[in-house]
Formats: sequence, structure tokens, C-alpha cells
Amino acid sequence: MTHDLVIIGAGPAGMAAALAAAKLGLKTAVFDEQSRPGGQIYRNVGDVAPQVGRLLGSDYLHGRPLAARFLHAGIDRHLATTVWDITPDLTVSAIAGGRNFQLRAPQLIVATGAMERASPLPGWTLPGVLNAGAAQIALKSSGSIPSGRIVLAGCGPLLLLVACQLLAAGADIAGIVETAPAANRRAALPAMAGALLAPKLLAKGLAMIRRIRRARVPWFIEATDIAIEGDERAEALRFTVAGERKRIAADIVLLHHGVVPNTQISRLLRVEHAWDDAQQAWRPHQDVFGETSLSGFRIAGDGGGIAGVLAAATSGELAAIGAAYALGRVSFEERDRLTKAPRRALRGQLRIRPFLDALYRPPDWITAPSGETIVCRCEEVSAQEIARMVDLGCLGPNQTKFFSRCGMGPCQGRICGLGVTGILARELSMTPAAVGAYRIRSPLKPVPLAAIGCVPAKESETPR
Amino acid sequence: MFEPMAGLAAKDRITIQVDGRSLQVRKGISLAMALMEANVVPLRRTPLSHAPRSPLCLMGVCFECLCHVDGRQNIQSCMVEVVDGMNVRLANGARRVEAVRDA
Repeated sequence: MTHDLVIIGAGPAGMAAALAAAKLGLKTAVFDEQSRPGGQIYRNVGDVAPQVGRLLGSDYLHGRPLAARFLHAGIDRHLATTVWDITPDLTVSAIAGGRNFQLRAPQLIVATGAMERASPLPGWTLPGVLNAGAAQIALKSSGSIPSGRIVLAGCGPLLLLVACQLLAAGADIAGIVETAPAANRRAALPAMAGALLAPKLLAKGLAMIRRIRRARVPWFIEATDIAIEGDERAEALRFTVAGERKRIAADIVLLHHGVVPNTQISRLLRVEHAWDDAQQAWRPHQDVFGETSLSGFRIAGDGGGIAGVLAAATSGELAAIGAAYALGRVSFEERDRLTKAPRRALRGQLRIRPFLDALYRPPDWITAPSGETIVCRCEEVSAQEIARMVDLGCLGPNQTKFFSRCGMGPCQGRICGLGVTGILARELSMTPAAVGAYRIRSPLKPVPLAAIGCVPAKESETPR
Repeated sequence: MFEPMAGLAAKDRITIQVDGRSLQVRKGISLAMALMEANVVPLRRTPLSHAPRSPLCLMGVCFECLCHVDGRQNIQSCMVEVVDGMNVRLANGARRVEAVRDA
């Protein structure tokens, strides 16, 4: 084998893992689908226009030295490379510039991070409706802002952060409509003690609230019955607040209900997952060093549970130390010594999480939608059609595929997976853990048949 | 649907073809961003009901931005950068089976 370690994803977790692995002398290859390192959180951080960098702020620019070190550490990088399969022996199949190749190492760290939870609402498939994170990506990657009147709807710190950043970029925000139920605040109270131990983060939250108030943006909380109006594109957001129906005209609607681990690869490899009730998402089983139930396969960063950017980098470091120990490159004592500082850091970085999870828990009508709302966007399957499958005897997410092709479109269940599990759990009066999740199969992304046909039969090869 | 924020240094413009129409777009941005800045709305229509769609996530997850690019089908336009002379066909409705080209 040519490498000790393969890392998938060059966000904070992947870059930190690669740097720690390089320091420990591991021959490492890193894959990322984008042409520049940074992942989504530090997207384009090395090349961003100065005024865009300034308005995105210091938390974003914090990634710049990490990305610079990553690019100058002599790490074997495969950027603009799409991983489309990984087998249980950890052979990675990838395609770059139309050329397919395989690489296998004894240790694999998957650092593919999080994605935004889908917000299935009436009208959310209309053009002009995007995830709030998408507006941030547009800003980071191209200094671009939505045109016309923008309404943000949902709940979570990112919703408010994107609102602040768009205001700073000169965008026209017509309203913020928060969906967190009133019960969330009561539920978050017991976790307040932990949050108070993270005063910097709390201060950042309060600063965002002040910024939005200063801009006098119409701001509503505890909204329900949200629907997006429009024919060929979004025209308005309708909702109910305190029993009153409201409507805000909008050209762009930005939705957000938190982020969830992207589990496509951990599901592909059939490792054990648990249902995390606090985060309303799946979480692969991991030890301290990120190792899953498949020996040698580790997960670093938000792909193993949402913990934020700083914890992602720390978990990347821990995964690299675990890989080095598994390869016999560091002794047991050395491993323990190296691990002390990152483990302590991680405890601090996780302190505010229970508070945020409780405060911004998405409402039930997002996690288990009903009625005519489209849940599977690719195959256009509605919530009530999925509920009806249960009446016809459907027992789990993989059977919905047979009933309706739900989850079988191009996105491969990434967008609808959690919603389908939520609806089935409700209709079957079962827990999400008992209902389970879609089985994920290769290819993870569309690849030309000709490229698959060119996979070398035996020996792996690595182009530079 | 999107526009460069005020005061942003002008990027060089390049030309791409979209369904036979020439569009001037900013260099160095993704195809999905370029199409949204050029107000190409909807970006595609669904195979089933011909419903209008545009990008949702811009990070390679939602597959709403699929286009035909330079003869290749099913390209996530948020994951590719625009290049001068790029030939784009919007995915309107179901895909057609096409003759196999050289890989």
C-alpha cells in the first residue's frame, strides 16, 4: 500500500486530521470534492475577497491559517475529486477530471461533515426557496447575495448568523420567522448552566440579536403553519403567530432547521448508528478516537454528531492519533500523552451544545411533516403518500422505495431520509431507532458508466 | 435571483452557452451561481410533473441543480466552476437516452 491513511473531506476536521497525521509521520492522502480546502464552514477562505472576509467575520477567517498550513504540509491532496464508493476493506473509489481510480490504506478517516436538515413545508420546492446555508455559501464562494426581498424562516444559530451577514452585505431582509416552539425555552433552562460556561458563544448570540433588532427587521417567533406561496417561483411566506395569520411578500425564502450529520458514507459501510433524540438525527457509534464499529474506519467532525467547527478540528486530531496508534506508530503511553490536551479542549467545546440542541430543537411538523407537503423532492412523494404506505403495510424506509420510489432519486435519500423515518415512526407509533434509515449503496454520486468500466481490476493506482 | 454584493471588485466575464443562448457570467464562480446570477429560473423541470426547480443547498447534497454540461449528463452545477465556452443544457423533464460518447 502506498499510504497509511486516507482522509475524505478537507474541512476543519479533515485538515486538522491530515496535519496531525503528517506530524506523526503517516503517509496521508486527502480527498475533497471541492477544488479548494475549507469544507463548507471555511469555504473559499484562502481566496475570499477582503470585504467579504471582513463581513463574514473572525470565526470564518480563523480557518485561513489552518487551510494555509494544510496546503503547505506536503500532504498528498486529491481536490476536485468525487468519492463514489468505499468497500468494507476501505478501498476508496474516486473520480477526478473524468478519470477513475482507487486507493486503499489501512486507516480511513471520513470527515464529510454536516448538511442542513431539510425543511419540508408547503411550497419549499419552488425556485427562490433555498437553505439559509446556501445563501452563506453564495457569499463565501462568490460574494453573491440574493436579489430582492428575503425572508428567513426556521430556527437555529445559523439562521440568525446568515441574517446578520446578509444585512452587512447590503441585502434586503423583509422578515425573520422563527419556528422554535415555546416549549424549547423551558426545555433549554436546565442546560443553561453548561451554556454559562461558554460565555463567549453566548455573547456572540446576544450580539446577533442586537444587530438584527438595530436593523428593525420584522421578527416573529413561535410561528406555525408556514407555507410558501408562488406559482413558478416563491412570492410570499404565510404563517401563523399567536393565532394570527400573516403574510410577507418575498422573492427569496431562506429555510433553516439546524444541521445534521451527513451519514451517506457511514450508512454505505453499514456501521452501527444510534438515534440522537436531542439532535433529532442519526449518529454513528464512535470511540474517543472516532473509530466506528468497522475496524480502521473513523469519523471526525460533525459527521459523527453536531458539535461545531472547533470540536470538528479537535476530533480530527484525535482520529489521527488513533490511526497512528492502530498502525503502531505511537506507543500506548505516547497516545495517552498526545490525547490529553485535545480531550480537555473537546470538553470545553461541547459545553454549550445541550443548550443549543434544546433551544433550537426543530418542531414536530418539520421532523415528521404531514399532508400534501413534498418530502422526497426528487421523486415528488408527499408526506400523506408516505403515511398511506403504512396503512398498506409498509414497515420501514427501505420499503417506501418499493411503494413509490421515495428516496430513490438523484439525491439518494439525503434530503428526505430523516423526514421519511420521522413520518414512519409517527404512523407506526415506533421510535426512529426502531424504524431505521435508508440503506445507502454505491455510487454515492452520479458517475459515467464508462468511468466505472475503467476501474482497474486489481492493483490500485494513484495519479498525482 | 442572486447578484454580486455592492462594492465587490468586478471579476472578469466569460461567455457560456445555455440552451444555445450566450450568457456573460463572472469568472471563478460555480455554474449554479452563474446561472442564478443570470436569472436562469427555473434551473430545471422535474421528470415527473415538470415542476420548476432551482438550487436548494449549493453544497452538492440536494441534486436540484443538475444540468447537462459539455455533453455530460447529471452534472451538479454547484460543484463545477464555469469555464469560457462551457456548453450547458438545462434538464427540462425526463432525461433522453443518448448515444454513448467517448469517455
